[in-house]
Amino acid sequence: MTMAAIQDRSHADSGTGIVIDGVSHSYGSRHGSGVLALDNINLDIRENEFHALLGPSGCGKSTLLYLIGGFIPIQQGTIATRKGKVTAPGPERSIVFQNFALFPWKTVLQNIVYGLKKQGIGAAEAESRAREFINLVQLKGFENAYPSQLSGGMQQRAAIARTLAVDPEILLMDEPFGALDAQTRRVMQEELRAIWQRSRKTVVFVTHDVHEAVFLADRISIMSARPGRIQHVIDVNLPQDRGEEILERPEFLELSERIWRLVREQAISASRGEH
Amino acid sequence: MYSPILRYVPLLLMLVFWQLLTVSGLVPPEMLPGPLTVAGALWDLIVSGELVTNAVRSLSRAAAGLVAAIVVGIAAGLFMATFRPFRLLVNPIVQIFYPMPKSALIPLVMIWFGLGDSSKIFLIFLGCLLPVIVSTYNGARGVNHFFRWSAASLGATKWEVLREVVIPAAMPDILAGCRTALAFSFILMVSSEFVIAKDGVGFLISSLGDSGTYPAMFAVIFTVAAAGFAADRLYAAFARNQLRWREP
Ligand SMILES: Nc1ncnc2c1ncn2[C@@H]1O[C@H](COP(=O)(O)OP(=O)(O)OP(=O)(O)O)[C@@H](O)[C@H]1O
Ligand SMILES: [Mg+2]
Repeated sequence: MTMAAIQDRSHADSGTGIVIDGVSHSYGSRHGSGVLALDNINLDIRENEFHALLGPSGCGKSTLLYLIGGFIPIQQGTIATRKGKVTAPGPERSIVFQNFALFPWKTVLQNIVYGLKKQGIGAAEAESRAREFINLVQLKGFENAYPSQLSGGMQQRAAIARTLAVDPEILLMDEPFGALDAQTRRVMQEELRAIWQRSRKTVVFVTHDVHEAVFLADRISIMSARPGRIQHVIDVNLPQDRGEEILERPEFLELSERIWRLVREQAISASRGEH
Repeated sequence: MYSPILRYVPLLLMLVFWQLLTVSGLVPPEMLPGPLTVAGALWDLIVSGELVTNAVRSLSRAAAGLVAAIVVGIAAGLFMATFRPFRLLVNPIVQIFYPMPKSALIPLVMIWFGLGDSSKIFLIFLGCLLPVIVSTYNGARGVNHFFRWSAASLGATKWEVLREVVIPAAMPDILAGCRTALAFSFILMVSSEFVIAKDGVGFLISSLGDSGTYPAMFAVIFTVAAAGFAADRLYAAFARNQLRWREP
């Protein structure tokens, strides 16, 4: 897939895909002799697609998101969006980090307002929009709490609200629901799917949870154990409108089972590789 | 709970012990005047206005040196943390000068700046500068990169990341460095005035000592100690208020 293809599609829609072309990454050495985390990743994430990344721990999922986000320099290969090659972070590619990364010196409200102000939104509107998103992630009443006063799951929801509020074209999420209890997790999944359907953005969603991936995504990439490679890319042929009822459908269960087997293969080869 | 008044009971006990020691006659009063004698001398110094004028002279020197050190030190520490060539240039110099007692520079500073205010202010500035630089630098270097990345991905420029993320994230270290600097400013204020001054509390202590007026000398020493203590408490309350977000 080339840049030209991305640009062609952009005529039809304001969305943007992500073309990942031959990307490798190694840590610990400037000359590539350190730990190889990603090995020749080629992946075409379509515009407005909800794409889930599944893979064993340590396979490089976070690293791939950091590269797409432009947080760490690309050592080999290229990553391109409609805006061109990724070289630095930008507000059109916003991220929810695995470890939340809320500013601890700002309250929940101030954290969310911060991102909105950076988009050039005025103080009054920023605050009212921040409050909407606080309600959305069910943190009403905690607007003026500092992150240190919140549980892990609450901090995670506040971080999700901060990122969703700026309405990026590309939304990168690194196990965003990892710290949530099953109940809240389900609510947040439905909420995220609904937001995605309303606002139609490109989402790259990292998770360990096969059901979560199948419920949320249009396509799922399964990565191999380290060094991470894309092992399978699987289409999720489920209806666009997905409510709780879908979880009991035979197609949902079959697909989950199939993906679960593929993920397990990778996990087993990972544990073999460690001996 | 541990009440704040209860916390200072040991100080009271020390005063009582000291009074008993002088009353008992175990220590000659010219070596160690009793607390009541010292309190009397303190009253005289206050009434004559001598203590206040000298204290104002000293404190204004300390404040000038300290404020300059905080401003320059924070700027230099941030610059070191963000700009590699500057770090490579300045870091070894800072490391060599940090552990050196700045009072050793008194004779040199006297040659450079003469006997006026500037020599004392410069010495206080030098002594306070290094703890501020080192703590600002360490704090700024230690900022969790996820904070910087978050701001950048929300659209902050490099300058905004520095101002809105690095500085507040490093604030606990910066404030701790300034607290060390505050203590140094008191130490250097007195020790520089011992050597090079015609007024100030350090000068007062040494001239009262030379003339053998020990109760008054003790009175000035305790005043300096009390002022230093009060400044530190005030500062600690200010810092705690700035760092409210850290408290769970
Ligand atoms: N800063 C770093 N320095 C050195 N090695 C690193 C660094 N970050 C990650 N790695 C290595 O790169 C590999 C990929 O890490 P990454 O965090 O991307 O994995 P992950 O798939 O997100 O894992 P998890 O599911 O546990 O979050 C890991 O095996 C790790 O050893
Ligand atoms: Mg990860």
